Amino acid sequence: MDFGFLTQPAFSGGGTYLDWVISGVKWTLLVSLCAWVIAFTIGSVLGVMRTTRVAWLYGPATAYVELFRNIPLLVHMFIWYFVVPEIVPNTLGTWMKQGMPMPEFWSAVLALGFYTASRVAEQVRSGIQSIPRGQTHAALATGLTMPQVYRHLLLPMGYRIVIPPLTSEFLTIFKNSSVALTIGVLELTAQARTISEYTFRTFEIFTLATVVYVLITMAVVVVMQLLERRVQVPGYIGTGK
Amino acid sequence: MKRFSTLMMSLVAAAALLTAPVHAQELTGTLKKIKDTGVVKVGHRDASVPFSYLDDQQKPIGYGMDICAKIVDRIKAELKMPNLKVEFVPVTSQTRIPVLMGGNIDMECGSTTNSVERQKQVAFAPTYFVTGTKIIVKKSSGIKGYDDLKGKTVVFTQGTTNERAMKAYNDEKKLGINFIPAKDHAESFLAVDTGRAVAFPMDDILLYGLKAGARNPNDFEVIGEFLSDDPYAIMLRKDDPAFKKLVDDTVSALYKSGEINKLYTKWFESPIPPKGINLNFPMSDGLKAAIKNPNDTGVGACGRMKC
Amino acid sequence: MFSAFDFDVIQRALPYLWQGMTTTLWLTLLAMVGGIVLGTLLALMRLSSIKIISVPAGIYVNLLRATPLILVIFWFYFLVPIAVKHISGDSYAQGIGPFYSALIAFTLFEAAYYCEIIRAGIQSVPAGQVNAGYALGLTYQQTTRLVVLPQAFRNMVPILLTQGIILFQDTSLVYVVGLTDFMGAASKVAQRDGRLVEMYLFAALIYFILCFLASYVVRRLQLRITPPR
Repeated sequence: MDFGFLTQPAFSGGGTYLDWVISGVKWTLLVSLCAWVIAFTIGSVLGVMRTTRVAWLYGPATAYVELFRNIPLLVHMFIWYFVVPEIVPNTLGTWMKQGMPMPEFWSAVLALGFYTASRVAEQVRSGIQSIPRGQTHAALATGLTMPQVYRHLLLPMGYRIVIPPLTSEFLTIFKNSSVALTIGVLELTAQARTISEYTFRTFEIFTLATVVYVLITMAVVVVMQLLERRVQVPGYIGTGK
Repeated sequence: MKRFSTLMMSLVAAAALLTAPVHAQELTGTLKKIKDTGVVKVGHRDASVPFSYLDDQQKPIGYGMDICAKIVDRIKAELKMPNLKVEFVPVTSQTRIPVLMGGNIDMECGSTTNSVERQKQVAFAPTYFVTGTKIIVKKSSGIKGYDDLKGKTVVFTQGTTNERAMKAYNDEKKLGINFIPAKDHAESFLAVDTGRAVAFPMDDILLYGLKAGARNPNDFEVIGEFLSDDPYAIMLRKDDPAFKKLVDDTVSALYKSGEINKLYTKWFESPIPPKGINLNFPMSDGLKAAIKNPNDTGVGACGRMKC
Repeated sequence: MFSAFDFDVIQRALPYLWQGMTTTLWLTLLAMVGGIVLGTLLALMRLSSIKIISVPAGIYVNLLRATPLILVIFWFYFLVPIAVKHISGDSYAQGIGPFYSALIAFTLFEAAYYCEIIRAGIQSVPAGQVNAGYALGLTYQQTTRLVVLPQAFRNMVPILLTQGIILFQDTSLVYVVGLTDFMGAASKVAQRDGRLVEMYLFAALIYFILCFLASYVVRRLQLRITPPR
């Protein structure tokens, strides 16, 4: 393997192929992190809604989760990018295609964010539901209202429980961000492919891309473990301590 | 079963076979592969009208496909395999070279430019069409030439020579074009149709094909001087002289016999499936020269720009 | 731009879409079977006390779980045939076609995920069961085959099937190498006829119906096979 080609000037745009790789990593991180903000926020709200016994809360939340997780991510991408601008009012649609900066980026962020939200919601729900019901009853018996029970018991405990499964969702979002290449986002996988086309160094560049994804995974795992340790409730969650 | 029937046939001709030397043993490369596997794999496009595209029944048809059918006939004769199976494999501008090198197809019959850059990896049959890069725009866009593209969004099909020609022009003239990639020509054209991009640089003949097939052909026009020269040819694996010779001979024979003119008229000057459009595209001088003088000379990577 | 919706286009394209769907279903089914078989093997390797066996399996699983599926598909589609040619020294690259290379990519990719599911399933079998097996005079292989795996799989069936539904959705990504699965067929028609809205919404609807029904069945199954405690 010879990675010398990375420092050669790229075909177009002035930089080297290494600059293309770096730009790819940048877009992978940007798409993933922006989508995660959406996924975490909406997913949390939906997850909590699904644990309530109020029909107008869990009903819509359940419908959302079922709708979004039963359609492949690729289809979500196409719908946000190709379909939405055509079915909204004409002026808005035209703006989405021509006026809005980076339409493919925002379509990818929305698609990935709303899709992942349904998965986050399920994790949050099962986290909260795994707290023994006796604790809720005890809290209610002490005179707390239901919102207070959520505020002081279910949410703080639930989120600690879901850190490991959420870590895996967070990792998945980086990998899933590669689907954005289908609507033209030049993230890492897309750049690797383009570079292989220009330099014929397919083996080297795919290896490099794979290594970068592994590094991202390792970094996320380390950060999440630190987080987990920080918020640990002593003697509660079985981490072996 | 196949092996069994082969065995039966050999038994029938046992005496002759016992004495005659078997030619098939000397085969190498693609011909050997075809002989061994009993299948020839033909790569085709989805939307390269009229070279290689899908008709209403999603069957690949076109000028290139017809020429490849002649090559398949020749292979059958050469290998004495009248029942040779033909497998059609769809490829895109981006997948064609790796797919060919990886042996998933044995020849690509589409709209591939013979460029020196690509010759480092693959080989080409004699040129069978001559075209060049222009752009398609909507008439309502007011774009009259390349310099009007300054700061606008342009869509390109990934992996094409047109992408490079347009980017080289953009770099040279510092137009600051915003490029968006698309997977194939249909997707690129649709980006112009839906207003996502103002222009799509592509070989002019394909642009005329896309325009003719559009729901509203009169909304579009093909404009500009040639940004590049693109000789099309069937693409083959490199370093496979026996197979290349067979292909070259077949194509040259078509040229010599004048049969090529019939094929040309069929696809470029008559109504073609699926919608019965007639492209009315008379044969260019460049192609006439290429037919008179079959050759596989490639062109540079950046169109008419230097790079 | 899309003056009116034209849902006839879907009807005209149905035979082609069905053809694509059969590709999707075959790919899902075969990759699932292959993934479970290979995943079981990997799980047993990872649980082995012999380092030379457990470490490579661990590396494999973690590497594939860190890599995006699209990248894995590219790896197999573009590089494997060339690598095979180099290794075997043949005079030609023996391509295996888009379907089979996608199938291999999905099988190897899914195996890493199935491995982790199956490993958890095996670990959920009480150790006493294993000891009981040994006490009866069974060998390691017999205990694994007759005692551990049947119980583990019984617990895992719903999760394995759920992963199968995810796999069914993931197969849509073969779009990137131009294989005509259901989604590939839908997008080809969409682009050829300029009917993106109708075709992509239709594709979404079909995926939704199939996945929703399948998850419903899995949930019912889960209730039925959960052993009474």
